[in-house]
Amino acid sequence: MAVKVLIPTPLRPHAGGKAAAEFPAKSVAEALSHLTAEFADLKRHLFTEDGKLRSFVNVYVNGEDIRYLAQENTPTKDGDTINIIPSIAGGSGLSQATEVRY
Amino acid sequence: MAETTKLWISEDLAEKIRGHGAETYPHECCGALLGRDGNSEEAQVQPREILELFPLLNRREDSPHNRFSVTPQDVLSADKAAQVLGLEVIGWYHSHPDHPAKPSEYDREHAWPWYSYLIVSVERGAPQQMTSWRLNEDRAGYSQETIEIRSSAPVRS
Repeated sequence: MAVKVLIPTPLRPHAGGKAAAEFPAKSVAEALSHLTAEFADLKRHLFTEDGKLRSFVNVYVNGEDIRYLAQENTPTKDGDTINIIPSIAGGSGLSQATEVRY
Repeated sequence: MAETTKLWISEDLAEKIRGHGAETYPHECCGALLGRDGNSEEAQVQPREILELFPLLNRREDSPHNRFSVTPQDVLSADKAAQVLGLEVIGWYHSHPDHPAKPSEYDREHAWPWYSYLIVSVERGAPQQMTSWRLNEDRAGYSQETIEIRSSAPVRS
């Protein structure tokens, strides 16, 4: 038994084409650490340069958003499922002066 | 690696994206591109094909004229819609009202690899240029994809 990590489609090419991977882990941080140790290319897409989860990377443990749990310290146990779900953002990003106007 | 990737879309679906951009102007529109990724083991680069759209509400109510946002719940809904059709979410589209169809720094910072990011510029309410981009592996920039608008009817299952 282990913790199952579901990998979203855009990251699968960096994870040997896998849709899921399993690791023994007592927390989300530990599971993600195993994941990025096995698939090093995932790291820059999941984490910022200072090691924080990127804002558009959403992590759920058994369907619960870790932002409402204990973030990356959220405990995990055998049989749990960690789901990484993208959110998508962007935009023309016109000047800040324009933004201030609104 | 430098080979340009190709994105196929029917005129019908291209027109729907333009129409969505015009409809939400001066706000940005957004939606998912459902289709098939042709890049398999084959030696030649095969085109990625858009076969259906999944228009979404722009969730950025605070700054919808220059930002768009798709929630994880919307992403799951788009994934499910694609699965029902035997397709997958191959990318996302959004509009740039009164701004060129080029990815912004904000787009790049928030981009995922692999997905196609299709942008349509909408000038004074009228849709203009349509471009598509993929994030480079080092996240430092984008590669532009060639969009081929095909006149044939879209293949729907």
